[in-house]
Amino acid sequence: MSALTQALTLGAGYNAALVTVGAALLGGAAGSVGTFMFLRKRALVSDALAHSTLPGIAIAFMVMVALGGDGRNLPGLLAGSAISAAIGLVAVDLITRHTRLAQDAAIGAVLSVFFGFGVVCLTAIQTMTAGRQAGLETFLLGSTAGMLYSDALLIAASAALCVAGVFILRRPMTIVAFDAGFAETSGISVRAVDFAMTSLVLAVTVVGLKLVGLVLIVALLIIPPVAARFWSERSERVMLLAAAFGAASGYVGAAVSATAPALPTGALIVLTAFGFFAVSILFSPHRGVLAQIVMRRRTSVRVHRRQGLLALAKDEPIYDRMTLAVLLREGLVRPDGVMTEAGEAQAAHASRDEARWRVAAALFEPAALPVRGDPLIPIDGLFTDDQIAVIDAHLAGAKGA
Amino acid sequence: MLKRLAAGVASALNTDYGALQAHEIEGDAALAVRGLTVSYGGAPVVFSVDATFPEGTMSAVIGPNGAGKSTMLKAALGIVPRLSGKVEVFGAPFVDVRQAVAYVPQRASVDWDFPTRARDVVLMGLYRRVGLLGRIGARERAAADAALERVGMSGFAERQIGQLSGGQQQRVFLARALAQDARLLLLDEPFAGVDAATERAIIAVLHDLKAEGRTVVAVHHDLSTVRATFDRVLLLNVRKIAEGPTEEAFTEENLRAAYGGKLGALALPAQDAPAASLH
Repeated sequence: MSALTQALTLGAGYNAALVTVGAALLGGAAGSVGTFMFLRKRALVSDALAHSTLPGIAIAFMVMVALGGDGRNLPGLLAGSAISAAIGLVAVDLITRHTRLAQDAAIGAVLSVFFGFGVVCLTAIQTMTAGRQAGLETFLLGSTAGMLYSDALLIAASAALCVAGVFILRRPMTIVAFDAGFAETSGISVRAVDFAMTSLVLAVTVVGLKLVGLVLIVALLIIPPVAARFWSERSERVMLLAAAFGAASGYVGAAVSATAPALPTGALIVLTAFGFFAVSILFSPHRGVLAQIVMRRRTSVRVHRRQGLLALAKDEPIYDRMTLAVLLREGLVRPDGVMTEAGEAQAAHASRDEARWRVAAALFEPAALPVRGDPLIPIDGLFTDDQIAVIDAHLAGAKGA
Repeated sequence: MLKRLAAGVASALNTDYGALQAHEIEGDAALAVRGLTVSYGGAPVVFSVDATFPEGTMSAVIGPNGAGKSTMLKAALGIVPRLSGKVEVFGAPFVDVRQAVAYVPQRASVDWDFPTRARDVVLMGLYRRVGLLGRIGARERAAADAALERVGMSGFAERQIGQLSGGQQQRVFLARALAQDARLLLLDEPFAGVDAATERAIIAVLHDLKAEGRTVVAVHHDLSTVRATFDRVLLLNVRKIAEGPTEEAFTEENLRAAYGGKLGALALPAQDAPAASLH
């Protein structure tokens, strides 16, 4: 346990600390750029992109070995992966634009074909140069074991660049994601912004291959934004929160992985991210599952109370058991169904409110109505005293007629 | 990046140029398309349309479903590529005067669950002026709130857009166009899914804009309100059927030509379209 604490406080050695910081930066970059892919409804493009890196890794390895170099040179492998991912992206784009296939079908086809081809290449490497291929399969699920100082530095620096890129482009990316037509008319080139956004995803994916692995990098691009969406209705905050979730996931996952090298780093990072997601979906104050349940329950009680009071005011019998239970619990009726004093007062108040609401909508333009479609809110606080007087005068007039 | 900044500077310089141009061709077209043809790969959905929208007028683009009304607007603004044809905005290519143009998309095309509030949407109309990296300050927020106020939405600035009614959503987008301070407003079905009171409120704002000398072009569906609302019409069914002042172009004959047999089901208000006006 103390080893874990040590890793979490960056005390497990200089290299491990650098890897942990690098993973945090990578998570931040993935979370923020992923937010815009998510908002643009292109989240799965990153999956096609990630899987398309595999052939590039394998071919880059073979080329470097053939040239007499070290096949495991990280910059070389990443360059190869970037090239084949770009080819995969172009394939998805061409299929979507020039055929009637939807994007999801194009993604599925490209993703599986590229991945399959990559697996074939990996197998070929294993038979060709036995013993030297060790390590390539860590690109599938990620690993921090045996990472060189220069590798960690490369990852940390590139991730920091990606974060900066996302920050600079956040406004045009938001506008394009929200309203591409408006963006185009106001001089923001949708193609250029989409290209920049996809390039950032490509960069994050390639940089993350070593740490998170190509199978799981997509999770780091999607889960933090989806979790962040539960907490805010403002895109900038969703982005910042997604970056924070991603960074924390990368940090914790890499630190744990430093103490347990047998566990794949990518899986640890993604599981941490899932922790944020699980907490968000359950406990976020407005969109969370619990909040929704509580709100539904509250609305239901309010509706039953109101309907019950209105029925009491009109001397109508109440059959609904939930209504009776609510009224009984709040002391508005006695167990034999007769109104209490408090019940009588509230019933009168409810029926007056209801009558006022009915004329309020007719007297004032809907635009001036402060709350849309919630007739259960007491009307007194919503309108000015003058307006209430107008409403009441109208009511009195209607009764007189 | 530099290219974009340079483009921003260039367009800022162009504003004056655009205003000068407009002055020189005063009383001329705010928007003119010639031979506009659009295809989504197959047969043209808009074919060789010539149309002119004079400055300071309020025009309706009408026609049956699939007539290419929305497509024509989008092609004029370069949102969808055009196969052939020429578009001039205030006598200049659109790219040179885009700052003078605001576009309000169809409500159905918007993701209403997008994490953005009414004020944020209006602020999008100001980003061009602020620039890519410029700060959104109190002045911009005040401008956005003023635009919301003008469409009667001042109490809703903090609302997430999905929590607004259809008419309110439409007015937020109208406020964005106001914030852009555009001289030409193109609206794609602004009254779709909007109740009658809100429609009147939106029309009142549009009439105000027209009175200020701005030009409004709206794709419109409800034939019964055309006469009362618009002073010009463009009747479209892939090809142009007719265009001109409402009393001249909005005739039963032209409508029949645009809608074909489908017009039988469309009740034209008799008192609104007296037979005498056809001759």
